[in-house]
This record gives sequence, C-alpha cells and structure tokens, in this order.
Amino acid sequence: MFVGVLLPLFLFVFPLWNITLEAPQYPTPLGMDIYINDFADANPHDIKNINLMNHYVGMKYIPDAIPEFKIFPAGIIITTILGLLIAFKANYKWYLYWFILMVSLSAAGLYDFYLWEHDYGHDLDPKAIMKFTNPDGTVMGFQPPLFGSKDILNFKAHSYPQLGALFMGVGIAMSLVAYFVGRKENK
Amino acid sequence: MKNIKYSVLAFLGLAMVLTSCQPKSKTSNGALSSGAAEKVYVAPGEHDEYYAFISGGFSGQLSVYGLPSGRLFKVIPVFSQDAEKAYGYNEETKPMLNTSHGFVPWDDSHHPDISQTNGELDGRYVFINGNNTPRIAKIDLTTFETTEIIEVPNSAGNHSSSFVTENTEYVVAGTRFSVPVPQRDMSIKEYKGNFKGALSFISVDPEDGGMDIKFQLLMPGFDYDLSHPGRGASHGWFFFTTYNTEEANTLLEVNASQNDKDFIAAVNWKAIEEYVNNGGGKKMPSNYAHNVYDEHTHTATSTMKKEVLVVNPAEVPGAVYFLPTPKSPHGCDVDPSGEYIVGAGKLSADLTVHSFTKMLAAIEGEKFDGEAYGIPILKFEDVLAGTVNQAGLGPLHTEFDGQGNAYTTFFISSEVVKWKLGTWDVVDRQSTYYSVGHLMIPGGNSRKPFGKYVVAMNKITKDRYLPTGPEVTQSAQLFDISGEKMELLLDFPTIGEPHYAAGIEASIVKANSKKIFSLTENKHEYATTNDNDVKVVRNGKEVHIYMTMIRSHFNPDNIEGVKVGDKVYFHVTNLEQDYDVPHGVSIIGANTSELLIMPGQTETFVWEPKQVGVWPFYCTDFCSALHQEMQGYVRVSPANSNIELSHSLGE
Repeated sequence: MFVGVLLPLFLFVFPLWNITLEAPQYPTPLGMDIYINDFADANPHDIKNINLMNHYVGMKYIPDAIPEFKIFPAGIIITTILGLLIAFKANYKWYLYWFILMVSLSAAGLYDFYLWEHDYGHDLDPKAIMKFTNPDGTVMGFQPPLFGSKDILNFKAHSYPQLGALFMGVGIAMSLVAYFVGRKENK
Repeated sequence: MKNIKYSVLAFLGLAMVLTSCQPKSKTSNGALSSGAAEKVYVAPGEHDEYYAFISGGFSGQLSVYGLPSGRLFKVIPVFSQDAEKAYGYNEETKPMLNTSHGFVPWDDSHHPDISQTNGELDGRYVFINGNNTPRIAKIDLTTFETTEIIEVPNSAGNHSSSFVTENTEYVVAGTRFSVPVPQRDMSIKEYKGNFKGALSFISVDPEDGGMDIKFQLLMPGFDYDLSHPGRGASHGWFFFTTYNTEEANTLLEVNASQNDKDFIAAVNWKAIEEYVNNGGGKKMPSNYAHNVYDEHTHTATSTMKKEVLVVNPAEVPGAVYFLPTPKSPHGCDVDPSGEYIVGAGKLSADLTVHSFTKMLAAIEGEKFDGEAYGIPILKFEDVLAGTVNQAGLGPLHTEFDGQGNAYTTFFISSEVVKWKLGTWDVVDRQSTYYSVGHLMIPGGNSRKPFGKYVVAMNKITKDRYLPTGPEVTQSAQLFDISGEKMELLLDFPTIGEPHYAAGIEASIVKANSKKIFSLTENKHEYATTNDNDVKVVRNGKEVHIYMTMIRSHFNPDNIEGVKVGDKVYFHVTNLEQDYDVPHGVSIIGANTSELLIMPGQTETFVWEPKQVGVWPFYCTDFCSALHQEMQGYVRVSPANSNIELSHSLGE
C-alpha cells in the first residue's frame, strides 16, 4: 500500500499523456507532452508549430497555462497524504476506499481532458482560412482522440498515456491488491 | 526518453503505428553486385555515404555533393555574389567580400580542405582559397555557410592553399605568383632576385575557429604551386612544390621550363613558430581585410588589418630546405603515414617520391648541394625514396587509400594510375574523359583515408553529355577503388571548374547540421523577434522597416508615407522555428537581389523607390498553402508629400 500511494508522485517527473501528430512533411512528428502542470514540446518548438498548423483551420492556440495545472497537482498531493495516513493508520478496508477515490478522480480527470479536447477541436474561428465540412454538411471538427490514433486531414494523431499515468495506474492497482491481501490476512 | 515511452506502450499492450525508419539492409552481393548502376544508386529518401565538397573553380563557390550518387545538394556562396541566397547583396553579407581593393564580387576558388583533429577529419570546417584576389575562406559545417574570409597580403595567385595541419593549427596559403614585397612601382624586368614568394601560415583558433595570419615566410621569387602538410612523424613540416626557379618574368611556358629540376620546399613550421613566439620576424605595415560573419547577429563585419609578421627564411637556421624535384612539379602530396612526399613533375612521365626519414638524415649529415638565397639545397639522391617510372604523361596529383596504394592523375595521357607505395609498381590504370586534374579520395589528405571511392575531376568534357552550345558542362567521374582494379561507376556534372574536392563520411557531419536559427539567440541589430516590436521608423531620408514573416503573412503588410528619394531598409525577420520553412522577399524595382531568410534569421535589403505608386512585395519561396497570399503593399508618395509614415496588418 505504501509504495502504491507514492507512485502517483512520479506525475511530477514524467508526463501524463502525449499527443503526437504525424504527416509526410513532418519526418520528425510534432508532439506535445502533457504534464499535470504543463504542456511541453516533445521536440523544441513543437507547440508553436502545432499552433501554426492549426491556425489554418481556425483552432485556438494551445494555452500556456490552464486552471487544471493548479488543481491537478494539489489533488495528487492531497490524495497522497490521505493515502499515507491510510497506509500507516487505517485498516485494510480503507485501502479500497482510497482505490475507489483515485479511480473516480482519474475518470473525472479524463472527462475534463475530453471536454478540453472537444472544445479545442470544435470551437473554431468563424474566419478560419480553411473550412471543412463532414459528408453530412456539418462543420468538421479537429478533436484529437482521447485515447488511440485517428486521421485528421493530412495528419495522423496519436493520443496515449505516458510514464506518469502508468505509475499512477500501477499505484492505484497496488492499493486494490493491498486491499485483497489485507482481507485474506484478516480471515 | 523515446525508448522509455515505447516500452511503456508495449507494457500497456497498445498498438501504435510507428513510422520510424528502419535501416534498409544493404544490397546483397548477388549477381548484380558488379553493376555500376547499383553501386551508385541511393534509393529515394535515403542518404549518401559521403559528403563531397567540390570547388566551383571560376564560379568562386563551393558545391556540396553526395557520394556515391553524385547528386548536388547545395552551392555554398564563398567568393562570388549569389543572388539566390542574397550573399554579397544583402546588407549583412556585403562585408564578406570586402578586400584591400574594395568590394570584389568574384574569385576563383580552388582547393577545399576539411579541418582535422589528430590527423583525422573532424568535420567542423571546410577551408578554401580564392586564387585571384588572395583570400582564405572558412565554411562552418553546422550551417554550411561561409563564416570567415581573410585576405592574404603580399600574395598573388593564392594557389598552394588552403591545406590544414594535423590539428588544424594552421591553414596554409602559398603564393603562386611572386611579387614585389611590399608592392611598389618597379620594372617587371627586375623580377629576378627582387620579387618574393610569401607562404602564409594562418592560425585557426581551436575554440571558435577564428583565423589570423601568424606569420608569412618570404621565400625566393619562385612560383609556389601546391602544398601539403606533413603528418605523423613529419607533423610540424609543410611541403610546397615550386616551378619557375629560373625566375622568369615573361613567356614562362618556355622560360620556366629550362631547369631540369625545380624544388619541393620543406618548411619546418614548428621551428618558425618557435622563432616568432620568441620575438623573431619583422612586423611589416600592410593592409588586408578580415571579414567575419556572426551567427547570432546574422551579420558580417569587415576589419582592415594594418600589420603582418614576416620572416626571412635565411634568418631561421634549420627552418627551410629545398628538395630537388624534376620537371616543374605540380602536385605535392604526403601519404597517410607522413613518410612519403610525392612530387608530380608535370613535364615528365615519372613521379618522384621523397622520403621524410632520408630528408632528416641528409639534414643531419649536412649533405648540401649548394644553396639558393641562403636556403640549403639537399642532394636529390639523398632524399629520393623512389621513382614511379613511365607511369603516364603529365602527372598532376596523388591521393592515397590508406591500404598502401597511391592514385595519380595524368593530365596529358588522361588517366588515373594506381601504384604501390614502397615498390613503386604500377598496379592499374583507367582512362578519364578527359584530361583529369585533381582527384579526391574522401579523407585523402589525412592519416585515415576512407579508401572506397576516388573522384576524378576533369578539365575537359567535350562529348560526354548532351551538348549545350559552345560551353558544355564541367564534370567529375567516380571510381570504385575497393578492389584491385579501379572501376568507373559514374559521370556527373559539376559547377565551374572542379579544381579539387574534400570528402568526408557523412555520419561525421550530418548530425551537427543545424535545422533552424534560434529566435531567442537572434542578436541582429534590426531583429524583430516579436510581433509587438514591428515598426517603421523615419530617419531623414532613410526609412527602416522592422518586419516579420511567418506562415503566411508579413507584418506589417501595408505601409504608407514612403516618398520618392527615400532609402528604404527592409529588415525582415523570419519568425518560423520549424525545419525547412524559409521565406523570401523582394519588391518591384529593387536594385538588388531577393532575400532568402532561414527560420530565426534577420536579413536586410535596400529599396530606393523612384516612382510614385503603390508597389507590392511578396514571399519568393513557396512556403505554405497560403504562399500566394503572402504579399503586401508600400505606398510611395511624391518627394514633397506630407503623408505620415504608417503601417498596419489586418486592419
């Protein structure tokens, strides 16, 4: 349990998620690493170049900072402290509660990420240089996938969790394992 | 980080389409492996194995080719203006072509050589000489641009240049034509005994590569034709071929061909370096340009230097010796071990090879055969290692494969001849088309040649390509030398006259090649690195436009208040920070070239509008899907107009 609780702290070191855009003109793909407190270039100037590409279809610039960059780190620190208290003081049942809490928060985080992506891909400048429509006549959106790969015009977009997310996932899973181990020992 | 990322993905069991390029397996040794076409075929998207930097001769430039494909990648402007790249046209690079004779927009570029560390190519710089108005240029191989040019005073026909020593301590420039030193008004007929031949040792700063003339050796008034450094045991020496030891001043084709033997001058530069470090030599008033391009200001500055240190070789005992060498020797080449010095007597059928060890012994034994202007002459037999007999007609240049073989070009019999060092036996000969001058094995002027190919550079092409009127292409030929016999693989056209070339394994250079210039490091005086700093400023009749460009617009793109008679400076900064997104710009009636501006760079052109009107400017390099929209207007009003300067974008 103790180790599991500490693993999400790696989110402060490793990125949570990565979005990569591939196109023939980009033999080195454009990429953005999403940390819990920052958007970072996968290679120098990638975000600037993603913005430059996206302005043709009227997408907004990727912001330097979003409120989540304050909320997420605080959430991680609070849940870690909570987890540590549980690991030291509480009985094994609390391991399950912590597990449920973390899964819920992660789901909320993913949903938040999805909302941002949707807004980013659909809230387009009406004066966009190029306007594309779907076969049914609706305005084409450019939302990157939440998870997986997707073709968007000339780009292939990939969106996958990174090392930070992995550590958090393993940490959460370990709390569940700790719960079962605790329950077995208690019988 | 990528590896970690991929292992994570694998761990999670996710499929992800990765388009990373797998190295294609090298072609097998199947039945077709002897096919020349297959050997020079580099598949689309793949890279050549070697860079070849081939001099542009009378174009004044340096071309960059890939080997074995023979594909041309870039022509680097060095000594001549280049309207395509604005070199010598824009305000930033005009100072690069400044000399003591003023702005010289052309030269004759001859012998490129790549910088070395411990006798092996390090791929930092290429040096090349301007022959006509003596200059040495340095090309930086991170940007493939000319970043420094130093004029060589007291020199004329800067031909036995620009060869580097083992650790790039010096790049050496010898004069072909002897001249009065210092220059003065005197009768040409008084040449003999009065003219001097300056051999210049230009130090190269180990940190920033900065060039400075350390000293000039004022030699007798011969013609100093070619040179090469010693290496290994002979490191510290430099060897120069001479002709016209007759000191003729007219009809040299006859009068300079009378002596049976001329000399190879062996110069102990370490001894002279020590001599000048201890205060030796004489400071002589002079006037020569030193032009330096700064990568951060994107601007060149030209400084006139007023003094040069000259050394009289007779005053430094043990510094210079003459090695008699038959028949007006041209090429002067040193083998990878540093032991053999090959002199190619161009009016001879034989090659003369001197031994460095024997030379030292002869000097030790003081076995001299007289002297010339105080410089001891060694006995021919005492320094001779061997002769390659009747190898061909008109030997010029020799390179080495590092496997104990030498390859010599023969101009008159138009062939490359392979022979063995030590036995002096001819092993193979292959015709060239036609009249080959230099040849080049990548790394051939170093301790470690890459002995896979030799490039023969021909002086005459005649019927080898589709005709293009009286002036036909210049040409080079690629031979495979990995086997016992040489095999002709490829003819390919070159720019100007391909005098000489320097080749290097691509892997040493390509990783260092810059992709962009960083905007945050742009220190140009008129840079506009942020759209908020865009402005148009009037200073009397001068108008300075601080302009930016990024896909796909200029900022500003509407300018009013310019008047006839103004001198308008367009200072344009490319705000892109992406690989291979240059923008170009020019305006109607500009009496200069376009600008071609790399990401992060600032360049300036001057426009002096002569007619009232509204004149468009536009991007000249197809940059993006909206390239055709990348345009703007300048309103030009009469000289007495009182319209205020204004500028806008998107209003």
